[in-house]
This record gives sequence, C-alpha cells and structure tokens, in this order.
Amino acid sequence: MHDTAHTAHQAPASFIRKHVFSLDHKVIGKQYYGLAFVAVLVGMVLSWLMRIHLGWTNYAIPGLHLLSANGAPGNVMTPEYYLQLMTMHATIMVFFVLTTAPFAAFGNYFLPIQVGAEDMPFPRFNMMSFWVTLTAFLALIASFFVSDGPTLGGWTQYVPLSAVGAVGGPGEGAGVVLWATSIAIFCVGQLLGSLNFITTTLDMRTKGLSLWRLPLSTWGWFITSIMGLTAFAVLMPACILLILDHVAGTSFFVPSNTIINDQLQPHTGGSTLLWQHLFWFFGHPEVYIAIVPGMGIVSHVLITNMRRPMLSHRTLVYSFGALAVLSYMVYGHHMFVSGMNPVSSIAFSFPTLIITIPSTIVVLIWLGSLYGAKLRINSASLFSLGFISMFISGGVSGFFLAQPSLDIMLHATYFVVGHFHMVMGVAAMFGIFAGTYFWFPKMYGRMMNETLGKIHFWITFVGAYCIFMPFHYLGLAGNVRRYQAFVVDYMQPLIPVHRFITVAALVTGCAQLIFVYNLFYSRFQGEVAPANPWEATSLEWSTPSSPPPFDNFGGKLPVVYHDPYQYGVEGSNGDYVMQDSPEQIESARDEA
Amino acid sequence: MASTIHERPKLERRPSGNGGPRGMVPAGGLPRTLQKYAPPPASTGIWVILASIGMTFAALTSALVVRKGGAPDWHHFTLPSILYLNTLILLASSVTLEFARKRVAAFMAARRIGLANPVHWLYSTLGLGLAFVAGQYIAWRQLSAQGLYLATNPSSSFFYVFTAAHAFHLIGGVGGMVRVITKLNNASLRRTTLDAASRYWHFMDVLWVYLLLLLWMKL
Repeated sequence: MHDTAHTAHQAPASFIRKHVFSLDHKVIGKQYYGLAFVAVLVGMVLSWLMRIHLGWTNYAIPGLHLLSANGAPGNVMTPEYYLQLMTMHATIMVFFVLTTAPFAAFGNYFLPIQVGAEDMPFPRFNMMSFWVTLTAFLALIASFFVSDGPTLGGWTQYVPLSAVGAVGGPGEGAGVVLWATSIAIFCVGQLLGSLNFITTTLDMRTKGLSLWRLPLSTWGWFITSIMGLTAFAVLMPACILLILDHVAGTSFFVPSNTIINDQLQPHTGGSTLLWQHLFWFFGHPEVYIAIVPGMGIVSHVLITNMRRPMLSHRTLVYSFGALAVLSYMVYGHHMFVSGMNPVSSIAFSFPTLIITIPSTIVVLIWLGSLYGAKLRINSASLFSLGFISMFISGGVSGFFLAQPSLDIMLHATYFVVGHFHMVMGVAAMFGIFAGTYFWFPKMYGRMMNETLGKIHFWITFVGAYCIFMPFHYLGLAGNVRRYQAFVVDYMQPLIPVHRFITVAALVTGCAQLIFVYNLFYSRFQGEVAPANPWEATSLEWSTPSSPPPFDNFGGKLPVVYHDPYQYGVEGSNGDYVMQDSPEQIESARDEA
Repeated sequence: MASTIHERPKLERRPSGNGGPRGMVPAGGLPRTLQKYAPPPASTGIWVILASIGMTFAALTSALVVRKGGAPDWHHFTLPSILYLNTLILLASSVTLEFARKRVAAFMAARRIGLANPVHWLYSTLGLGLAFVAGQYIAWRQLSAQGLYLATNPSSSFFYVFTAAHAFHLIGGVGGMVRVITKLNNASLRRTTLDAASRYWHFMDVLWVYLLLLLWMKL
C-alpha cells in the first residue's frame, strides 16, 4: 500500500485505546472539546465570583472560603485573591478554551475529514498533544491548591513582579512556577498539533482536492496552525527564561535595584520590556489563533445556510492569510504605555490600522454575501450572525485603541476589557457554538434541539451585549480595570453599572445551562440525524455514517470533483452538489 | 477559476497542487510508483518541526540581543576551547551520516546480493553525536570551574541556555538515529524516515555552527 497505509492506524480494540489513549483524530477532537468544556465552566464560575465582588464588594459569597481560606476569609475575597481569580480566569479562557475548542477540538475532528483523509499523518503526536495539553491544564489548576494560591500577575505575567518569587505577593512563588510550567507544556502540545494540521492539509488531501477546493473552515485551521507553530515556539522559551529567573536566580527580566515589598532584589540588569516583547510576539497572534478558526467555521456555516458561496472565496482566504502575517507586526500595540520608545509606538500603530483592512474585507464579504440571501435560520446560522455582530462591535473599538494618543487614555480602563471580550472572547465563543450546533449531528448522529438552541442564542446574544457594551462606557468614564473595588469618588456613581453587568453575567451564564442540557440530552435522546441534515457539500457529509467510522470513509477515500460550495445549482439532490459527486453541473458558479 | 470540472481531475504533478502529492498517482498504482511520487507527510513534517525549532532559537537570539543591548552588567568571557573540538566532532557526524545515507539506499535496494550493512556509519554518527554532548558537558564543567554558573552573569546565563537547549534538541536527534538503526537492522527502514532523521541531524549541525558564531561574537 502507499504511504497513507503506514500512517493510518488500525481500528482500536480495547476501551482504553478507543476512548482514552486513542489515536483517532475524532476521539482526540472530542477530548479537546471535553477539556474546553470543563475549562469554560471553571472560567465562567471564576468570572461570576469576580463580578459579584465588583458589584457588591463586601458580600460574603457562601462557600468561597472553601476555595481558599486565606484568599477569602469570611467568604469575602481579599484584593489579592480577586487578582488571582482574574489571572486564572484569563489564562484558562485564552489558552484552554479559545485556543482549545475552535482550533484543536473542531480542527482535529473535521480537518482530516474535510481533506478526505483517514487520519492525521502522525496520530501518536496527535494523541500526545492532547495529553500534554491536559497535563498543562492540571498543572494550572494545581496552583489553586498550593499554599498561597494561584498567581496574581495577570495572564500576561508582567515582570518583574512575576520573576521575583514569593516576595511579589500571594501566588508569585509556586503559583508563577506552575503557571509558566503549564504554559510551556501547553506550547509543546500546540506545536505537536500544528505539525499535524499543517502536514494533513498539505500532504493528506485526497485526489482532486486542490488547495483552492478546501472549505473555508479548513483554511481557517490551516492558517491558524501556521500561526500557532511560530507563536507558541516563541512563548515556550520565554516561559523557560521566566522560570529560570524565578528559580535559578538569573536576571533575564528583573532590572537592577528592583525593590519589592521593601526588599532589594538580588537580580541585576534585566529587561522588563524583553518579557513584554516576547510575550506579545506570541500574544497578538494568539488573538488571531482564537478568532480565525471561528471565522472559518462561521463562513462554512453561513454558506451552507445561505445556499450560495461567499462573494469571493479567494479574497476571504487571502484576508485570513493577511491577518496571520500582520498579526506579528502589530504586537507592540499592547505596549504603548509600557515605556517603549514612542517612535516604536507609531511604528506599531501603523500596521495595527492596516490590519483593520483585511478584517473589514472579511466582514464586508460576509455582509455582502448575506445581503439578499434567503438565510435558513437555525441555531448554527444565528450564532454565526452573532459572531459577525460581536466581531464588528468589538472590532470598532479597536480603531480607537490602535492610536497611541487615545490608547494612553483608555489602556488601563474597562474600554479595553470590553474590546477584547467582544472581539476575541465572545465572538470566538459564538464560533464554538455555531460549530457545535452545526457539526453535532455528524459527531453524534443526533440532532440538537433547535428550539432550545434558539432560546440559548437569544439570551446569550442579548446578555453578551448587556455585559460587554457597558464596559466601553465605563472605560470612557475612566473606570480603571484590574481594581477589585471602586472606592474613589468619581468611580462611585459607576457602581450601579457594575451591578447591572453582574446581573447580566449571572443570567447569561445560567442560560448556558440550556446549552449544556441540550448537549447532553441530544447526545442520548436527540432526534436521529439524517446523513446530511444541512444539505451541505463538503466531505464531512460524505462519510458512510454519523459519527464516521474510525477510518472516516469506510476503507476508501473520496475523489473530489468540485469546489467546496456548489450551492444554488441544479444537482440530483436539490440545489447543491457534493464535492465528491461526479455529476456534472449545468449552471456552474464561477466563484472560487 | 472555474468552479466545476466535467471530467476526472488530471493526476500529473502541477505546481499549484492537485489534491496533494498522493492525488498524483492512480489509486491502484504500484507501491513502487507511489513511493516514487508521493512524498509522505514526514518529508513535510520535518520541515515544520525545523521551522518551529528555528523560531525558538530566533526568539532566544533576539532575547540575547535585547538583554545585552541595555545591560551595563554584561561580562564578556572566553568560550571554552573544547567547543571548537565539539564543532569538528559534530561536523564529522554529518559527514558519516551522509556516507550512511548513500550506502543505505543501495543496501535496501539490493539487500539480497550481499552488500555490507552500512549500519556502522550510523553507529559512527550516533557515537559522534553522543561525543558532542559529552564535550558540551565538559565545556560546562570548565566554565563552572572558572566560577561561571547559570546565574553568575547574563552572558553565562545565555551560554548555558543556548547550549543546553541545543543539546536537548540534539538528544532528540540521537533518539531519531537510534530509531533509524533499529529499523535498518530489522530491514524495515523507510527512505523517508532516514531522510527526515538526516535533515534533523544536519539542521542541528548548522544550528550549532550558528550558535557558536553568535556566542563567539556576543559573549
């Protein structure tokens, strides 16, 4: 047999090989999804605790002392513990939800199927990538259980605070070491994943499937994996240098004469900006690592429900690519107030404004394609529309923040919090929801409940706006971020807004229980899904069963004859022709 | 681009790709033909891995440049002279590996007519690689004998970080070489495994020469 036979594995026999240490990309994808699911619940509960504290600072949250007796004496969190929860919320959400779910989970499950392969080329690396990522998550969670709790340094772990050890405050000892170890391990996992994603896309495509015939979701994962390869390869050594400063007494990041808590630190000559450069060289691409897979998923879902391709397939792909390339050139816009040379700020501001061009092109293509389309309204398409809405609303504030003169004013305020939560956090979450509703029938062979899905969408959509739009107002009013209480005179009148946000967050969070219920109920009791419930064209709907067999296509590989989105044509099944259907198309679209 | 084709896709190699390399041969083609025309993912994968490693060392290089640029506390020191011997050893390992590669192809193709197993060239490569790592260890011992430890000075910190990171990656290459030798002895070695391991090994070689120049200039 040819080389694919060398790389594909046999059908697993034992329970352990089938469900735990599985080489099957579909099982690994579901494992990633499960990890993200647990992580998002933890992250959401942490955000609730913070929101309750911000709205009612002295309110005793029942049982909080069980999480940390020192951090929450009398069930009221200390200022330090607030920062510790904030750090963990952000780290969990950015790494273990926004990277893990749209990229690693859906990408693992569907990229090989959409390219017509029976698996990834390196299944053992793939399995390792999940278990390494899980280890990273457990290392991070372990920091809740060390003596002074998790680190309080924020998900960016700015030095010198994060590099000086326990003198830096609660969690700055073992908490930071666990944090940096966790993230370094996470990077290894994502590098192994990226290796598989790139080689699968380049080398495992089935016959007839040229690059331009890949669905947009595959393009999203492919471009993201290239970003991941370069970004995580930088964060990992940065974390190692941080650990060395922390435990080995080196001075990469801590400057001379640093005095923390009245103690002169023994380090000399380190560069605090060096950490920020290394971190944000990863950090900004990370934003796109979170959002580009969502862009791909949403495009894929919308096209299926519009029953016509996007205005320009290629322009979308080029725009994804432009976002990826530019994401490395703009990272300094996170550092406008860092003390960096102001000339550098201008230099980073310019590409930051440039990157709005591919973003705008993507949005305009979506809107232009939607214009006049008879969109099929279902949970997946609603969440896709919600993604676009959130991406626009959150993206517009990016125009303001891209300019150093405005950013100096807004940087440390809730304006930034509102911006990144909408454009990166909620938008990516909506992409995950859209993907879940869309692909659930393929993953489990059952339909999710549409009524519950729509209720889930509307509460989440309205709720997300209620939470994150007022953040912009708070920021413009000068409400600083990262504070655990607002005791300054001018911020007192803003507390009712915070309380409104807290209530909205609690309600929106509770509404996610509808989704959780729908997920588990449909998994076991949902209506049995037809082979191609959305009348879609791409290869994941050509597998012989739902869920697909272990080798995806039942022992033979499909041959592709068409571009990915042949909708609005006269096919034998209706208004679409599957990619692997050899039938000719009379009214062919000249699109991609 | 026209979206629809009306006949089966052509299967010859085209610059823009047509369904990936394995789409270029008929599905029922002979394995030999397939091996000839279908570079397996390991060929691409090794470049992906090397790109990632290159990025890691680029990040560390930029860290060195930035850290040195603003540091009044930077103390220069002379590199241990054994590093130059180590460099020669590593370069020699690449040469023996190339000898091995040439002979392995002939050996695997014509095993039955009694060509000598070229595994001794691979053992030489492996031995030289391990000798390099041992030499690096001696270099660390020499530095520590001078009182230069990891945290003594930023220059020594970078020396240890760079050399340790490189040695760590080289040990990965040693693992790959062991795998190649095992497979060769089992007569189950694939050309791509050898090629991927060789590329990795040579990359470690080139990377070390780069690091030596960097450390020589900057420390």
